[in-house]
Amino acid sequence: MVAIVDYGVGNLFSLKSSFAAIGVDVKITADPEVLKNADGIVLPGVGAFEDAAKKLRNSGLDKVLTQLAAEGKHILGICLGMQLLFEKSYEYGEHKGLGLIKGSVKPIKDVIPSELKIPHIGWNGLIYKKKSPLFSYINDGDCVYFVHSFYATDCENSVIAVSEYGAELTAAVQNKNVFGCQFHPEKSGKVGLNILKAFAEMKENEI
Amino acid sequence: MITKRIIPCLDVRDGRVVKGVNFEGLRDVSSPVELAKFYSNCGADELVFYDITASSDGRKLFTEILTETAKEVFIPLTVGGGINTVADFDRVLKCGADKVSVNSGAIKNPQLINEAAKLYGDQCVVLSVDVKRVDGVFRVFAKGGRENTGMEAIEWIKRCVENGAGEVVVNSIDTDGVKQGFDLSMLDAVCNAVNVPVIASGGAGKIDDFITLFKTLPKVDAGLAASIFHFGEVKISDLKEQMAKNNIPTRNSGF
Repeated sequence: MVAIVDYGVGNLFSLKSSFAAIGVDVKITADPEVLKNADGIVLPGVGAFEDAAKKLRNSGLDKVLTQLAAEGKHILGICLGMQLLFEKSYEYGEHKGLGLIKGSVKPIKDVIPSELKIPHIGWNGLIYKKKSPLFSYINDGDCVYFVHSFYATDCENSVIAVSEYGAELTAAVQNKNVFGCQFHPEKSGKVGLNILKAFAEMKENEI
Repeated sequence: MITKRIIPCLDVRDGRVVKGVNFEGLRDVSSPVELAKFYSNCGADELVFYDITASSDGRKLFTEILTETAKEVFIPLTVGGGINTVADFDRVLKCGADKVSVNSGAIKNPQLINEAAKLYGDQCVVLSVDVKRVDGVFRVFAKGGRENTGMEAIEWIKRCVENGAGEVVVNSIDTDGVKQGFDLSMLDAVCNAVNVPVIASGGAGKIDDFITLFKTLPKVDAGLAASIFHFGEVKISDLKEQMAKNNIPTRNSGF
């Protein structure tokens, strides 16, 4: 069973449907016990970093996730959920994240030519940087769907894929058992479903 | 490299897909769920569901169909039609829509874009605008292209983007249904006025029309069409193959 963390951020309909489509049992939950018993945990999120980080802290889920990550539980952050895995974000101020992956989140506009549009929205190709079990069923160059105005940086050691948009933007990360996708696998067609499938099937000894 | 998007538009009335020529003379085409799955499997990059239902029963049917589609189709879904309030945004987002397009609703209440962008983010709010030349000036038309609002289109689009519209669908009434190509001069004017994604709509009749669009106007992000896809006059797989051959960035594998 894969648990999707329900902390009041974003619409979980498509994510839930995606796992259902690949035959994976899924629970949307904020219950630490359910999270503890899950084979993997997905941390979703859209919207503002500060608000989402506050919601995680106020619900105590930040501590639960940190604890479970330390115990080796597979965690996959998606979009803002990925950004929350980092130490901090500079989205309208400076805000603390979960710190499960070293690095920070900064505005895309600081690193791309000014004629490019923000947000980085649409389908873009993945450029592999490292081998990862998350990519078991997909290929280098496959396109995935992005919608974001901020990106993860200072995280060279954990970047497993980037996308080219005036600069190489972090597309996917891995720090041992903790994974993140800046793009939306639940909106990335078959490629996206294959990423979720790879995550759901991961066994502890594979990492 | 970000790819150029190809977007089939499904006009839905009473649970069925229809498409009119110049907005009139609607014809029944197919089941929305089946058509959406078909398009997703051939490589459509996004789908637009446009609710042209007038009755509340039809609207209920529309949300049911949207829910069913979102359960089986995993590419971005944009919903338009009958979006007049923030509650309408909420209604379709809960059914699995990713973006919501506003047209007449924003004309009646320009604050709608602002309110929705604050709640759901700019990326969720798409401005759809029907534009027609009247005495050489681009004018915004309302009510499915039947009523001239008198507003100058470029100014209207700029204002909506400033208010938080994250994308603009420009539908040229002058070229819609004519199948002689997109309205390049109108689209060029819009691209020069705003720095959010611009989606071209109205006028595509063949693959070359898309190639010309993206070659002539590299700032255009996506091409939208309906009947040429529904009736198989343009196959999305062929279109993408030709885009790749012409060095236009496109997603042409992994569907």
